[in-house]
Amino acid sequence: MALLEVRDIHTYYGNIHALRGISFTVEQGEIVTLIGSNGAGKSTTLNTICGITPARHGQIILDGRDITRTPPHEIVKLGVTQAPEGRRIFSRLTVYENLLMGAFTRTDPRTEIEQTLEMVYEIFPRLKERARQMGGTLSGGEQQMLAIGRALMAKPRILLLDEPSMGLAPILVQEIFSIIERLNESGTTILLVEQNAQIALSICSRGYVIQTGEIVLAGTGKELLENEMVREAYLG
Amino acid sequence: MSSSSYSSATLSTGYTWRNALKAGLIFGIVTLFIVLVGLVNTFGERDIIYNVISMGQTLLLSMSIIGGYLTGRRTSDQSPGFSALYGLIVGLTTGAVIGLYLMLASTVNLRDIFVNSSNELLTLLSFGMDPLAGAAVLVVLFGVFGAVGALISRSAPLLRRALVTGLLTVVVLGVLEDFLNVLLSTGFLKPVAGFLFARSGLTIEGAVVLFVFSTGLRLAQPFLKRTTAPAVEWLDQPGRKPVKYGLITIVVLPLLLSLPWVLQLYLSDVLDNVGLFILMGLGLNIVVGYAGLLDLGYVAFFAIGAYTTALLTSPESYLGWEWTFWEALPLAMLAAGLAGILLGVPVLRMRGDYLAIVTLGFGEIIRLLALSEALKPYIGGSTGILGVPKPVFFGIELKDAQYLYYVILAGCLIALYVSWRLSDSRIGRAWIAMREDEDVAEAMGINLVQYKLMAFATGAMFSGMAGAIFASKLGSIFPHSFNLLISINVLSLIIVGGMASLPGVFVGALILVGLPELLREFSEYRLLMYGAALVAMMLLKPEGFWPAAQRRRELRAEREAAAAKEMAEAVVTTTAE
Repeated sequence: MALLEVRDIHTYYGNIHALRGISFTVEQGEIVTLIGSNGAGKSTTLNTICGITPARHGQIILDGRDITRTPPHEIVKLGVTQAPEGRRIFSRLTVYENLLMGAFTRTDPRTEIEQTLEMVYEIFPRLKERARQMGGTLSGGEQQMLAIGRALMAKPRILLLDEPSMGLAPILVQEIFSIIERLNESGTTILLVEQNAQIALSICSRGYVIQTGEIVLAGTGKELLENEMVREAYLG
Repeated sequence: MSSSSYSSATLSTGYTWRNALKAGLIFGIVTLFIVLVGLVNTFGERDIIYNVISMGQTLLLSMSIIGGYLTGRRTSDQSPGFSALYGLIVGLTTGAVIGLYLMLASTVNLRDIFVNSSNELLTLLSFGMDPLAGAAVLVVLFGVFGAVGALISRSAPLLRRALVTGLLTVVVLGVLEDFLNVLLSTGFLKPVAGFLFARSGLTIEGAVVLFVFSTGLRLAQPFLKRTTAPAVEWLDQPGRKPVKYGLITIVVLPLLLSLPWVLQLYLSDVLDNVGLFILMGLGLNIVVGYAGLLDLGYVAFFAIGAYTTALLTSPESYLGWEWTFWEALPLAMLAAGLAGILLGVPVLRMRGDYLAIVTLGFGEIIRLLALSEALKPYIGGSTGILGVPKPVFFGIELKDAQYLYYVILAGCLIALYVSWRLSDSRIGRAWIAMREDEDVAEAMGINLVQYKLMAFATGAMFSGMAGAIFASKLGSIFPHSFNLLISINVLSLIIVGGMASLPGVFVGALILVGLPELLREFSEYRLLMYGAALVAMMLLKPEGFWPAAQRRRELRAEREAAAAKEMAEAVVTTTAE
């Protein structure tokens, strides 16, 4: 059984039909990517999974449990955490405080949380160096690291990443993605939403292409990279 | 290209006599405004230094000093001599505007348009001389003080701060003479009071001594800091917290407890008002400062607390149950808290301006309900509820401001303790996250509904407590006591003190509520002062007078970031060259 299964979800913003029946699965230990252009519905899909913009129809199943109507804070507790788009960190809190916020829902003892913190610092040594610095003073790449690190603090069963490459220089994109790959290798299941199809498809196990709220193509990363349509539309 | 223009900009800000003239005109117009609204008149009756300079004159001259000071800061890239020259021009221009007004007003009658343009004002401005000579003296004085202001701002940082401290000390103590005289005359400090204070304002000797003393103290501050540093460091160690708070308690508690008896009845009443505003401020601080929910209808909960108490305790109320104050208090707080949740539910999805407008409306609805004919049989409409009894504490009736002070003090201390504990808790962290970014907070697993309602309810309860005490203190309540201005006052004092800062609430309440009560001349200009104080705050000290540690850090970080950027740019400039 898939860790996360999205079954034919329809999401609306008022009267705007943003998601028109999206279905896909994420298996334990995979990196699955959703690629697509601006406004295709990628971020909406993530927000629907998180319960922030609940689906009007369809089902979201996490490990056999229907979470379609579960409120967002409960979903985080169940192990789904996202690093939101545009590096939405708490810019007026320190790096350390940002990370602690990530562990907000955890009820396990403080020592456990500190262990996770050490783990995050190990993955992103630069965050440790800047622990006392305000989030807003970090560079773009560091802010993205912080956003991912903060999401990891919740010890998610599945990590949702919303456009981690956004607004970063190519060399930083490389760095972030190699970290994402390493995270996955060490056992984190990842659902990645990206506009940068090239790099996203090159690290993923499987990928889906979203167009105007619908999935138009699915396959392994390699298949999609070689697909004529994908090449033309997304790889230039 | 861009780097060279940057470096030329640092070499010269291009300040010319035109800028100085323009600044002088602006200051002249501001000063004229101050003169024409009657501030100088009203303040003319109070002396800063007895028979030497009145508060009105101080206000006038301070305009030229401030003008000169700001000019000095803007011309900091030039030699001090030039700064002084520009300060002189600014001062002369400012003086010229007032001088022109003086000449005009003495030939044409302006009183029909500007009611405050009275003969006394003209005498005051012209130092009793004929208009032309008076105007000339005025211009010269303004010019000199403008230059002095510029020179002060250009002197070495420590000296500058010391001089500013000295001047401010003299002015502030002179203004507060009434109050301080009462305060000092009760104890062994009476001779000191006699030396410092005259019938109105400071004595000349007193002013000199104060200036020298405060300037000297500020000059010695780096040294004092160094000598006390080991003690402070010792106290700051983690294990020493009990010692530190113990010491603070030993010093502060007796002071707080004896305050109403030192201050006498009238000032205790002022103090009680300040205390009630502190209580409300602490409550609103949770809503606005911690949780970031802009609530402009906060007075509603104050009203609900007051009305609940009046209904339950007064024999003249509709219920006529005649509960004691202590029985009614928890219910008043509960009612206010419930009202907080009631208001919270419909505004859960609203943010920023929308939230502000809806809460504003809520405040008005409660006031209008209290006034309404429909509810008149129950809560008395515009006649309110009379006969609210005073609290009785173990057989002692807390009959006036001096006794009620202790109830208010206890309330403030409880509210302070709760706020302090909350700020460091899981709840406090959830509020901070919500304030910083609601969407991300939600994504972090924070239950927005729960924590928003908690903030509204907690804040409302403190306000309800203040309302209950208020009703009991006044003995009768009327709808018009619960107008919008109270909400605005509470919000302003939080902003002035520093958002989310607990000591800031105390400082803000003392400045915005206490000060106007002490200076009765202010009362007419209260709102003008609020406006001016808030504008000045936002420009000079946007973090508030006593900012929360976190806000202080933010602003420091911003400054550091700016400095780093400047450094980086400077490096770019030098490498480009």
